[in-house]
Amino acid sequence: MAEWFSNLKAQFILNFIDDNRWKLLVNGVLLTIRIAFFAVILGVLIGSIVAIIRSTYDKNQETMARRKGFLYYLFSFVNAICKVYLAIIRGTPVVVQLMIMYFIIFASSKNGMLVATLAFGINSGAYVAEILRGGILSIDNGQFEAGRSLGLNYVQTMIYIIIPQVFKNVLPTLLNEFIALLKETSVSGYVGIKDLTKGGDTIRGLTFAPFMPLIAVALLYLMIVLLLTWAAGKVERRLRTSEK
Amino acid sequence: MKSNGEVLIKTEKLYKSFGDIRVLEGISEEIHKGEVVVVIGPSGSGKSTFLRCLNLLEMPTDGKIYFEGVDITDPKTNINSHRQKMGMVFQQFNLFPHMTVLKNMTLAPMKLLKMKKEDAEKKAMDLLRKVGLAERANAYPSQLSGGQKQRIAIVRALCMNPDVMLFDEPTSALDPELVGEVLSVMKNLAAEGMTMIVVTHEMSFARDVADRVIFMYDGVIAESGTPDEMFTNPKNPRTRQFLQSIL
Repeated sequence: MAEWFSNLKAQFILNFIDDNRWKLLVNGVLLTIRIAFFAVILGVLIGSIVAIIRSTYDKNQETMARRKGFLYYLFSFVNAICKVYLAIIRGTPVVVQLMIMYFIIFASSKNGMLVATLAFGINSGAYVAEILRGGILSIDNGQFEAGRSLGLNYVQTMIYIIIPQVFKNVLPTLLNEFIALLKETSVSGYVGIKDLTKGGDTIRGLTFAPFMPLIAVALLYLMIVLLLTWAAGKVERRLRTSEK
Repeated sequence: MKSNGEVLIKTEKLYKSFGDIRVLEGISEEIHKGEVVVVIGPSGSGKSTFLRCLNLLEMPTDGKIYFEGVDITDPKTNINSHRQKMGMVFQQFNLFPHMTVLKNMTLAPMKLLKMKKEDAEKKAMDLLRKVGLAERANAYPSQLSGGQKQRIAIVRALCMNPDVMLFDEPTSALDPELVGEVLSVMKNLAAEGMTMIVVTHEMSFARDVADRVIFMYDGVIAESGTPDEMFTNPKNPRTRQFLQSIL
């Protein structure tokens, strides 16, 4: 037993203490969080815009088509672009998108972190867009009509009446997407970013002892996700109280 | 509340189809200021569609609608500013579930009429007192009964100082014992001289409150007249048949 413990201790020192290897993990965590955080913001931004364009087009297609104005053609065009974007992003693996961004589109850029944030944000935006669009579709049309009948215009109705309800409804699904995004950043190592996964893998390569670094990586991801889940649960409960 | 006031709403040869289904087949009608018009008719006759066309919740396929002299079917007309003057009450209430009663009522006046919060709330509270719901000002819609929700929906529309109120089967989703409280609010409103267009199956309301009853059948106005004429001596056999089937 004592031998097992001292063995464990030696392993720990080898993997984390020697040469300050723990720094690989800590820096990796910080980088992972940074990429995920900014990618989420970008994703929500892109997702909201795409969702609003798509559902606005679907809802008002008939009216706009009747008038045949410039707005109709503009909207049809933008809506088509959104559809292509969704098809491409959802139809290809994120790691491929990341590599295309890094090695082809931004081949001249030295800022891997920025490219990765962009790639993950653009990827996440597609999923967020469909989550939000589903949320908008799930709101009873009577809510739109009530808003419009009071004289609010389409945008005001969206902002004050629809979006707050959508947000509340899709929060759990949205959180799920954020968790997925956080874990997807683990492929950042493909383009030379020293994120959490890469950090653990680097230690493994140095020490040839895979157990501790990889379990540590897993535990760190788990901790972040649990923390996120807990925080979102709190927010959700606060939002729900308004309906009780 | 006599019907000799100026014309408030005028429709000219209003047509509406949904795809191949023709719902309105040319409706020309005038609604005068202060008039209470009740629209009756069998289901599928187009009465709700007619009402919803008046504030363009449904875009007519053809024809014109003039509101206070302005052609609101003209694409250049800003429909939002005209809708502010046309309150609407729905069968399903359509209160905003994420807002308190007071917020429901003050949102539009504050955003559209640029009323100060205190002024909007004062007006809302005055209206709530009138319909006996002042103590529910801070409740959420899910905490209210159907009758309470509908009374709130009515005063929410009134907060915008509308020139006309459109009621789309306001009591059809209510339990029978809750219908009375909503109708009495509507009666008071009529007594105050509000112009009202009401689609309903409540024939007692039509008889007691309406200045004019319109009977719709197959997308046209089959007959219209005072409640007395319509209920005691309908000329159109369709009207007679309909009234017999429900009275």
